[in-house]
Amino acid sequence: MSAKIVTITSGKGGVGKTTAIASLGIALASRGQKVVCVDGDIGLRNLDVIMGLENRIVYDIVDIVEGRCRLRQAMIRDKRLPGLFLIPAAQTRDKMAVSPSDMMRLGDDLREEVDWVLIDSPAGIERGFKNAIAPADRVLVLTNPEISAVRDADRVIGILEAEEKGSPSLILNRVNHEMVKKQEMLSPEDVLDLLAIDLIGIVPEDKSVLIAANQGAPIALDKESRAGQAFRNIAARMMGDDVPYMDLEEQGGLWKRISKLTGRN
Amino acid sequence: MNSKNSLIQIKGLRDGLLISLGEGEWHELEALLFEQIDERSSFFSGARLALDVGKQVLRVVNLTKLRDELSERSISLWAVVSDEPKTVQTAQLLGLATRISKQRPQEVARPKAAKDVEKEEVVLWVERTLRSGTRIEHNGHVVVMGDVNPGAEIVAAGNILVWGRLRGSVHVGADIEGQPADENTDAFVCALTMTPTRLQIASEIENRVGGKTSQKAVKISLKNGEFQTEVWNAK
Repeated sequence: MSAKIVTITSGKGGVGKTTAIASLGIALASRGQKVVCVDGDIGLRNLDVIMGLENRIVYDIVDIVEGRCRLRQAMIRDKRLPGLFLIPAAQTRDKMAVSPSDMMRLGDDLREEVDWVLIDSPAGIERGFKNAIAPADRVLVLTNPEISAVRDADRVIGILEAEEKGSPSLILNRVNHEMVKKQEMLSPEDVLDLLAIDLIGIVPEDKSVLIAANQGAPIALDKESRAGQAFRNIAARMMGDDVPYMDLEEQGGLWKRISKLTGRN
Repeated sequence: MNSKNSLIQIKGLRDGLLISLGEGEWHELEALLFEQIDERSSFFSGARLALDVGKQVLRVVNLTKLRDELSERSISLWAVVSDEPKTVQTAQLLGLATRISKQRPQEVARPKAAKDVEKEEVVLWVERTLRSGTRIEHNGHVVVMGDVNPGAEIVAAGNILVWGRLRGSVHVGADIEGQPADENTDAFVCALTMTPTRLQIASEIENRVGGKTSQKAVKISLKNGEFQTEVWNAK
């Protein structure tokens, strides 16, 4: 096997990176892919909680890097999906415990084990972020339609371009259609206009995301949720499928324009 | 070679270390630098490092590699000082500081005539969009083929021309060395779409936040201390 390594990052915190990683992991694994989610937020680990695996942690990423366990020992198998694994972050260490070249080595080892490696980047643009993007083949920048989040995303895209990581793709999370209509929120078009990168998915705001996260059952498992559907669509696009954008509510016009903007129909 | 050590000079600054590299092949200097650092790893560990690379032309790959290798040794590189515009640009791209304090320009009192020539003739050509967090400082004119996004900053001794949307912060006619007497009130800013978050000509500041968006290309300059906006008309 030779996995694709995908890192999700945002600059700003609290925009939904961890939820997105968990959801994409589940969506890919549901399609029969072998996936490992890596929590890059050493010292502030969350991904285990969102995935509902916190009480199964024995070894973590720092244990692998420092040679206290074998790679497979630290890969926690998901309760629901046999092809989904988690490598948790260490809670008692900090970002300096791992270096970008440690991450490259880890990435290379993981390539042999699975189809997809999804890395959850911590907020910020410091060491933790550098670690998370070091091994990435592809970077997905996630943002909310808020001016502060978009500005941070712009900064992150600038750094990725400067580091010659290739142009990242955009996930626009928590879009509230009603608010966009009333012009109380930036529209997806505004965000795309400023950031000028490829769009890979738009996720509508959905209360059930929070409820699902608190129950350790990521949203992609919920067949009813629109946000869950959006993440399943992103997973399909990551695998190369041409999936149309969801027609959110009655205002088809906006989404058609976006489809045009991104060259999808 | 006993000149080996003179190629690398280490100085203490108020808030970290300054290492000045002499002239030579970059990979040799780099190897020498790490040799010195590894010899005294406990001294360097945890240090904030500024690096003066002189006339060395460094690309993004050089600097990212250097920064990562320093970071492996728990040294954080925060500034790269250079006389080479290409290297300065690279460092700015990576978000590194390119001046360590006012000290340097004062130490070297450059002849004034030479500086005026630079202002007249040197144009920095930027063929990409400047994203948030990018800062460009140039002792001459700046031309950007692309947008200047909110959170990006350009400071130029001469004029700034943006072939795209200007939404960030610009300062023209600035004295890069920080002497108000050298400011240029004749400097101007041109952009295809002009909605800067902040615009400064010499020491006059205009905050255009919330100002009306002009869909036409405009030029903004100072006339008798007042900002004036002219719509660009090719006819």
